[in-house]
Amino acid sequence: MLSKKYPKEVKQILSKYPPEGRRSALMPLLFLAQREEGYINKAAMQDIAEMLDITETEVAGVVGFYTLYHEQKEGKHRIQVCTDLPCALRGADKFMDDLCGNLGIKVGETTPDGAVTIEAVTCLAACDKAPMFQTQGPEGIKYHENMTVEKTLELVEGLRKNTA
Amino acid sequence: MTHILLRHREIPDINQLSVYIKNGGLAAFKNAVTKMKPNEVTDVVKNSGLRGRGGAGFPTGMKWSFIDNKNWPHYIVANADESEPGTFKDREIMEGNPFQFLEGLMIGSYAVGANAAYIYLRGEFWEIAEALDAKIAELEEDGYLGDTLFGTDYSLRIYTHLGAGAYICGEETALLESLEGKRGQPRVRPPFPPAVGLYNKPTIINNVETFTNVPMIMTNGAEWYKSMGTADAPGVKIFSLSGRVRKPGNYELPLGTTFRELIYTHGGGVQESRKVRAIMPAGASSSLILVDDDNILDTQMDYLEVRKLKSELGSASVIIVDDTVSMDWLINKTVHFFQHESCGKCTPCREGTYWMSHLTERIHSGQAGKADVDLLLNVAKQMQGKCLCALGEFSTMAVVSSIERFREDFDNVVKA
Repeated sequence: MLSKKYPKEVKQILSKYPPEGRRSALMPLLFLAQREEGYINKAAMQDIAEMLDITETEVAGVVGFYTLYHEQKEGKHRIQVCTDLPCALRGADKFMDDLCGNLGIKVGETTPDGAVTIEAVTCLAACDKAPMFQTQGPEGIKYHENMTVEKTLELVEGLRKNTA
Repeated sequence: MTHILLRHREIPDINQLSVYIKNGGLAAFKNAVTKMKPNEVTDVVKNSGLRGRGGAGFPTGMKWSFIDNKNWPHYIVANADESEPGTFKDREIMEGNPFQFLEGLMIGSYAVGANAAYIYLRGEFWEIAEALDAKIAELEEDGYLGDTLFGTDYSLRIYTHLGAGAYICGEETALLESLEGKRGQPRVRPPFPPAVGLYNKPTIINNVETFTNVPMIMTNGAEWYKSMGTADAPGVKIFSLSGRVRKPGNYELPLGTTFRELIYTHGGGVQESRKVRAIMPAGASSSLILVDDDNILDTQMDYLEVRKLKSELGSASVIIVDDTVSMDWLINKTVHFFQHESCGKCTPCREGTYWMSHLTERIHSGQAGKADVDLLLNVAKQMQGKCLCALGEFSTMAVVSSIERFREDFDNVVKA
């Protein structure tokens, strides 16, 4: 139960919205539910639905709509590389190919040790600092800009140690 | 030029409250709350000619004056969803000069009678939201936010709210839906948010950069602001320059600055000294400007002049395309973006972006014939004017303009 596990955080989230806007707490609560395992399971969706007095379907509809919520367990850390037009004009596609080649996986796949999933994502508002990506994991979301494949592989090593 | 928005570039540590105050910060907010009526604040902003910096360019003071004073409470929302490919200015403001943005939001809140303000940040701005929360807490401790401010009966609280990855939430009614804990799908308008907005209450929504202008306007006056920029578009604008230039980045310049100055004086010119072939002044949502005549680079970047080139200034996210780029590749990128980001609510956009993405993929991979290019143009034109919000319309801009203005690129890749 989210409210048992994170009582302080839940209370703080609910306090941000007026009584008629209680449902606004849904998205922050989903981030909280996703914090440890990196995905949102069915039990958490039920729990949040009850807390906000909405249906599980409404919760699932929101989870499915937004790209930063995940319903499946994948790598502990996600490396989300922007391959949109402005980044691609600065070499993002080649960076992605080289990174995947070095890790021996394809876009959307996870390294065999479960440490890292590589994903292609849309614009992250860092077009002047491409190639760039964000990592999404237990520590939240972090930006990594003006990256090279070498620097990224070092980062992956660090994440692996953190996963082990 | 001294910056008025990106002031952190001249004043180190202006992201610290004491430094911000020492440089005149928060005096405008205090003055507004203790000495001015809300509509007087709105009038100053109206007289300054400030127009919304999120893309639409709607006059800010006029928007504020639309708030429905018969229905309470009022809300105000800062749109920090910044997701247009090519835009990265709000991020720099919030990281570098956060208090000026917050003060602008606070002045706006007072002007429209809101006691609660929300900052809706795209989910990826997780670290920025954490930093802003800390700044907001400092403002509360120092008595700039909270109840009965400066001994008046005005109260104000600011809350951050994170999205979770959806371009459409930059559209203001989709943003409100998302803030209410729903899927980010645009509402049918009218009614517009100043009448029926967050929790069905009157709500004003402005972009981060728009708010960041406000403290300087209140401090220096509307006439001072109008002395910069053009008559139609006063003031300064942050141009996010990206693509094939040597020095991409944010450049704060008066509206009406030429493309040439932005690209060559500030952006260091095109990589490998190549030629500018096309400009996308409003990010992925742009009609491509065909640069077949060097004089085009002397066009002033403001709403009216860019429109004469059959494009839009939008949020001034200027993407430079050089002669190494083929347009079949370029629109394959933009169309896939819009197909991914279409919210699915209205049929022309949901189906149109889907079919366009199949066609651009096929054309780019060399599998298509000439008829497919015509079909793509036909699908794009059929979508125009039929979508519920601007996303569907935007998805067609690069497609139509590139086929009409760069047809040879498509003829080169299709089968005879």
